[in-house]
Amino acid sequence: MVKFSEDKIKEVEAIIARYPQGKQKSALIPLLHLAQEEFGGWLSAETMDYVASLLSIESIEVYEVATFYSMFNLNPVGKHVLEVCQTGPCMLKGSDDIIGYIKSKLGIGVGETTADGMFTLKTVECLGACGYAPMMQMGMHYKEHLTPAKVDEIIANCYNHK
Amino acid sequence: MAEEIKKLKVTIDNITLEVPQGTTILQAARMIGGDVVPPAMCYYSKLQGSGGKCRTCLVEVSKGSEADPRPMPKLVASCRTGVMDGMEVKNITSPKVIDARNGVVEFLLLNHPLDCPICDQAGECHLQDLGYEHGKEATRYEFKRRTFDKHDLGPYIQLHMTRCILCYRCVFTADQVSNKRVHGVLSRGDHAEIATYIEKSLDNDFIGNVIDVCPVGALTDKTFRFKNRVWFTKPVNAHRDCKCCSGKVTLWQRGEEVLRVTARKNQWGEVEKWICNECRFEKKKVSDWVIEGPTHVNRHSVISQGHYEKMKKPTETFSKVHDGRKPKLLMDIHSVSEVNDPSIDLSAINGPATSKVFEHSKKQS
Amino acid sequence: MARKLLLEKAHVEGIRHFDVYRREGGYAAVEKALKMDPAAIVEEVKKSGLRGRGGAGFATGLKWSFLAKPEGVPRYLVCNADESEPGTFKDRYLMEFIPHLLIEGLIVSSFALGSNRTYIYIRGEYAWIVGILEQAIAEAKQNGFLGKNILGTGFDLEIYVQRGAGAYICGEETALIESLEGKRGNPRIKPPFPAIKGLWDCPTVVNNVETLAAVVPIMNLGGEEYAKIGVGRSTGTKLISACGNINKPGVYEIDMTISVEEFIYSDEYCGGIANGKKLKACIPGGSSVPILPANLLLKTAKGETRYMNYESLSDGGFATGSMMGSGGFIVLDEDQCIVRHTLTLARFYRHESCGQCSPCREGTGWMEKILHKIESGKGAMSDIDLLWDIQRKIEGNTICPLGDAAAWPVAAAIRHFRDEFEWHVNNPSLCLTQNYGLAHYADELSVVA
Repeated sequence: MVKFSEDKIKEVEAIIARYPQGKQKSALIPLLHLAQEEFGGWLSAETMDYVASLLSIESIEVYEVATFYSMFNLNPVGKHVLEVCQTGPCMLKGSDDIIGYIKSKLGIGVGETTADGMFTLKTVECLGACGYAPMMQMGMHYKEHLTPAKVDEIIANCYNHK
Repeated sequence: MAEEIKKLKVTIDNITLEVPQGTTILQAARMIGGDVVPPAMCYYSKLQGSGGKCRTCLVEVSKGSEADPRPMPKLVASCRTGVMDGMEVKNITSPKVIDARNGVVEFLLLNHPLDCPICDQAGECHLQDLGYEHGKEATRYEFKRRTFDKHDLGPYIQLHMTRCILCYRCVFTADQVSNKRVHGVLSRGDHAEIATYIEKSLDNDFIGNVIDVCPVGALTDKTFRFKNRVWFTKPVNAHRDCKCCSGKVTLWQRGEEVLRVTARKNQWGEVEKWICNECRFEKKKVSDWVIEGPTHVNRHSVISQGHYEKMKKPTETFSKVHDGRKPKLLMDIHSVSEVNDPSIDLSAINGPATSKVFEHSKKQS
Repeated sequence: MARKLLLEKAHVEGIRHFDVYRREGGYAAVEKALKMDPAAIVEEVKKSGLRGRGGAGFATGLKWSFLAKPEGVPRYLVCNADESEPGTFKDRYLMEFIPHLLIEGLIVSSFALGSNRTYIYIRGEYAWIVGILEQAIAEAKQNGFLGKNILGTGFDLEIYVQRGAGAYICGEETALIESLEGKRGNPRIKPPFPAIKGLWDCPTVVNNVETLAAVVPIMNLGGEEYAKIGVGRSTGTKLISACGNINKPGVYEIDMTISVEEFIYSDEYCGGIANGKKLKACIPGGSSVPILPANLLLKTAKGETRYMNYESLSDGGFATGSMMGSGGFIVLDEDQCIVRHTLTLARFYRHESCGQCSPCREGTGWMEKILHKIESGKGAMSDIDLLWDIQRKIEGNTICPLGDAAAWPVAAAIRHFRDEFEWHVNNPSLCLTQNYGLAHYADELSVVA
């Protein structure tokens, strides 16, 4: 069953306290981030229903929001999600080649996960790191000035720190 | 004496009238009626928060108000823009509006499947009317049209997402008319869709009203599915004693059979009183109802090629607002076919029109 | 060396921390402001001529003066840190390196506007910056600059950081408010404007990070002094985030008196075009604003030098000019394909359209498909005209400015680079392996008197 630990529940309460009384729905996006981190990197219907119950709102209100924002994964993903930017400024600096390189290195297409469940490759639109292009997001952090060698290093590091 | 309510003067397509404060441009235009009324695909006067989305009702405000006569820089959604005193609005007299509306109609039809021949909404579809009145005969779109995964909404309501124009009316209806909402708009952009996320039935009471508010064939009555074409069915007003709702409905009959029950709609196609699921879905026998008489459908739909009485034609204001200029005739259809003789009012003929009727008129002329 | 007001101290060791920031003169603006009448602060901001740094360039003081103040209803200040316009990464830089500057600006602005609960809405991807900001907030609170009865003045303020979750549209102020209320980021239909009915239906001001940070130097210098920096209606300093094919991409603070040419070629800023290539085109203010070919970028149609300020960049209107926008400065060298670049932007706007209104929902996808068709050598001449007509029918007809933002890049690309589009149509196989190159886009234009 999906349920936050007691510590996390305290965090949830602190988030809800940021808003005036009765406006707890505002905590929805922060709570979905928290739930995604806690429950395997994606949001199942069960997880979303649980978040709805924490905020006393209808499940559909959660589904509407979770499907709107691109950072919420609605299907299981690999342990590491490589989100490579492909918008104009990154394209000018060779993001297409980086995406091609990752595809061939991992043997997966965009939107796919490696067989060992380690990596999911996604293409994303502008992440606000245009001066440090090409770049990708991995979890909470940005990997910038990407080259094939740097991609190799990042992937090797993931295996080393398994 | 009661306090005088402040009236605002507004001119729409050269027709001036006074309206109470808080009236929108669209409402004011509806008070005039006829051609100057902008089409509205998402706005619904009975649903709070509706409107502004489809952009078909865009109009030009050529004078903001008496106090600030500057024109508004962009076209505005007439359904959500309030009238100011001294405001001047152009709808069908503005080439900019006609051009923009033409674009909006093209956008709305861009990914539409055009499956009218198998659509239950055909004949009473606002998108058909809109396309007919404001659209072009051909599309410039040459790519594959958008499709969606199919969702089952239970025994009462049939969803065809490909036909949806995302007016949000059904979302507002579930929030404001029924006691619970289980469907909503999911995803975003051109993938946005009406769905429940995990398969759920839409069966809470009053939810059937989403069928009536849907301007297109996206939400239709499953109990009426493929039963008949709407223009073959005869609408009659009827009522029954109902514990949940007013019980005032329109029955759509073929012979003695009640094929469909809907709420009664006004001339703008809006529901007069919401009806409950029981009245709509469960009472399909004539004996369930007290028949009041034929429904006056005086809308521009094919249904109004009525079965009982003379059609009420909408007020023609075109020549009035265009300084007496008559609409441009693209083709004189009367010279092409004799069965289009304008002197014969088809709706006034008892039974189907036969060649005899026209022979008679020919002799007369 | 141009005068710096925001980033001057950004690289002082430890400036992220309260003690260092305070030692360097930080929080003086708060001490000064809290002794003033809130209305007088709004006056100072008006006098400063500060214009919104998020992209629209609307006068900040004027926006503040629109805020309704009904009795017994809370008012809110919301900081827009949803920086998502392609080419723009200046707010990130400011928050990451000198977070206390933003917090200080927020305290002054909240006091001026009467907000006791202020939110920073930050794009979800800037996850690590949330920690930096929360740390700064906690330090400010420990030192009595936040919380109850700040500096003994009786003014209470809490600042909260709210993370978005990946949606460009939430940079639009009413979509941001919707998102902050826990809803889909659908822009609201205006009027009513947020100043009357904003967050939880209360009067609300939404300002960009850089705008609110700029309130600090305005307080310290005084509005009139601030207005003396810069030129004309482009007062103060502006952060420019430069990217693309240049030697020194990064964030630069300029005082809006330098020329575009100096900004691109001087070593103090972009350091010239990378790899010894030539300048082909540039989008000077974030992906939404019109792209200009090199010749029109460096000089206006009148043959005058173009400067890095609001007026000069928009000189010539959309026919021959562009916009300051958000300050996202994207440079394209001679090897870049305008059609391909425009396609990536069209894809971006299609991806980011909220889907609420029909011209944007349907039009953005249609433009992307046609651009893809032309780019892959399958286009027809009529497709170029069709693209033009589609963008024309989106522009101005949507609920929010995203429609315009999607239409303008396509319009400008066709306006200035039509021959490159036609070359793709006429050379369907060649365009897959070769590039149209610099062509005549850097040639000196003859000036018509």
